[in-house]
Formats: sequence, structure tokens, C-alpha cells
Amino acid sequence: MATDTLHHGATPEPHEHHDTTGTKLFGFWVYLMSDLVIFGSLFATYAVLMKGTAAGPTAADIFELPFVLVETFLLLFSSFTFGMGVLAMNAERLGQVKAWLGITFLLGAAFVGMEVYEFQHLIHQGYGPDQSAFLSSFFTLVGTHGLHVTVGLVWILVMLVQLSTKGLTPMTRPRILCLSLFWHFLDIVWICVFSFVYLMGVL
Amino acid sequence: MSHSSSPLTSSHGSVKSYVTGLLLSLVLTVIPFAVVMGGALSTATTVVVIAVTAVLQILVQLVMFMHMNTKADEGWNVMSFVFTLTILVLVVGGSLWIMQHLHLNMMIG
Repeated sequence: MATDTLHHGATPEPHEHHDTTGTKLFGFWVYLMSDLVIFGSLFATYAVLMKGTAAGPTAADIFELPFVLVETFLLLFSSFTFGMGVLAMNAERLGQVKAWLGITFLLGAAFVGMEVYEFQHLIHQGYGPDQSAFLSSFFTLVGTHGLHVTVGLVWILVMLVQLSTKGLTPMTRPRILCLSLFWHFLDIVWICVFSFVYLMGVL
Repeated sequence: MSHSSSPLTSSHGSVKSYVTGLLLSLVLTVIPFAVVMGGALSTATTVVVIAVTAVLQILVQLVMFMHMNTKADEGWNVMSFVFTLTILVLVVGGSLWIMQHLHLNMMIG
């Protein structure tokens, strides 16, 4: 926090940074929109192939809703804790930012852990992605989301290191904000996954 | 306080908006899970409940967590989002439409 005040003294014009921050965030937003198109095409692929079970298991056979509900809560709470981290950043509380990011990381890691367990469990039962078109598209869609969350976890770690070495600077602030957009975006994609893949699959 | 409090706008995001977003998201998550796991409603009604709560929760998180609004960046965030939605409708809707017709015409199982 001591370094934080120093940096504040050293930066004469916060509005200059605010302008570039807005541009960076909009650029990142455009990336997220293109990512949304990727997920959209994977959802379309899944919707087309979901009936192609090739005499293998159907969605209703393999999905366990209580498990998915816990995954959903983990991701939802992690989205919330990241929001708290952004608020702490605006309040210039470096320690709290790091604490909230740490909690977000743990929740996200638990989510990825559960997903890896689910995939491993399915493959172990002989329901791997090579069994049917349905399972191929399921593993591709949910796996792509899980991969994004994993990248988000790595990004959180990088930001924790940068916050420790650089503090809250005009360089690190926009990165935290972009990461927060990325993280909230992944939670929104997950809403579509649990609604249209898991819940409708069980019907 | 002069800093932007949230990713997409210079308006003040607050603990209140995040807590509201969290509570609404929790409710909108529990409802579809309860409906599906309870199995009391008909399939058609259940599908509608899932779709409506999903769309509502997406809107809640876009507004409460990501602070998407028409004021930030002269509405370019919303504009690009709407454009992407159009693409998504074409990709997802078009794929389903074409493949369903193909399926019917080929008379596959």
C-alpha cells in the first residue's frame, strides 16, 4: 500500500490512463465477442450431434445434476469474488485485491478439478469422446470451456505475481479489469452449458 | 472515487450491485435445477423455464457483473454484442434448421 501511494504521486493525470484503459477494455471486449462465436459454433455442433449416440449412452444416462449444481455454484461465487477484487482495486486496497484474487483462484481451481474428475470418470466407464458423435461434441464443448477457465487460472497467478512485484499501477489495473471481464464471460458461457447441455440433456 | 469502478463503464459499481447480482443468479440457478430434478412439470414447460431463467441470468450477469450499458464507449460495447448475437442466431439457428431438413430428407433413423 505504501508503493501504491507513491505511484499515485508519480502519475500526474489519471484521466490519460483512463482513456487508454477504455480502449484496452473495448479491444478485449471485441476479443470476447469473437470467443462467443467460437462457443456458439460449438453449441450448434452439439445441438446437431446430441442425438447421435451410436447405441452408446445418452445424455440422461451420464449426467449427474447435483454434481453440475456444485460446479455451477463454484463458478458463480468465483465470479462474485472477482467482482469484490475489482471493488477493492478501486478502493486502492492492494492486500484485499490479492486476497480476493486468491479466493477466486481456489474456487476456479475446484471447478476445473471437478470437471477433470467428471471427464476421467466418463472415460473410465468407457464413455470417452471416441464413443459417439454426442460424446465427441460434448467433450469438445465442455472441454473448451474448461480450457478457458484453466487459462484464466494461469492469468490470475500471473496477476498475483505482478501485483506483488509492481503493485497497482496504470499497467496492472487494465489487466485486472480485462481478466475480470474474461472471468465473468466464462461464467456466462457456463450458464448456457448447464442450461442447454446438462439440464435439457437430462429431460 | 474518480476511477472507473467497473470494467465497462465509469459509473460506480458497488458491493450492492455485486451482491444483488449474486443473489439473483443463485435464484435463477436453483429454479431450473429444482424444476428438472423435481420433475413435476411437463417437458415443454420445463424447457421454457430453463430457457427463460438462463436468458434472465445472462442479462443479470451482463448488467450486474460486467456492467454492460449503453453509456460506456458511446454504446459500442452493446453494439458489438448485438452484432455478435445476430451472428450467433445465424450460426446456431441456421445449423439446426439445415441439419434438421437434411436429416428428414435422408430419412436417417
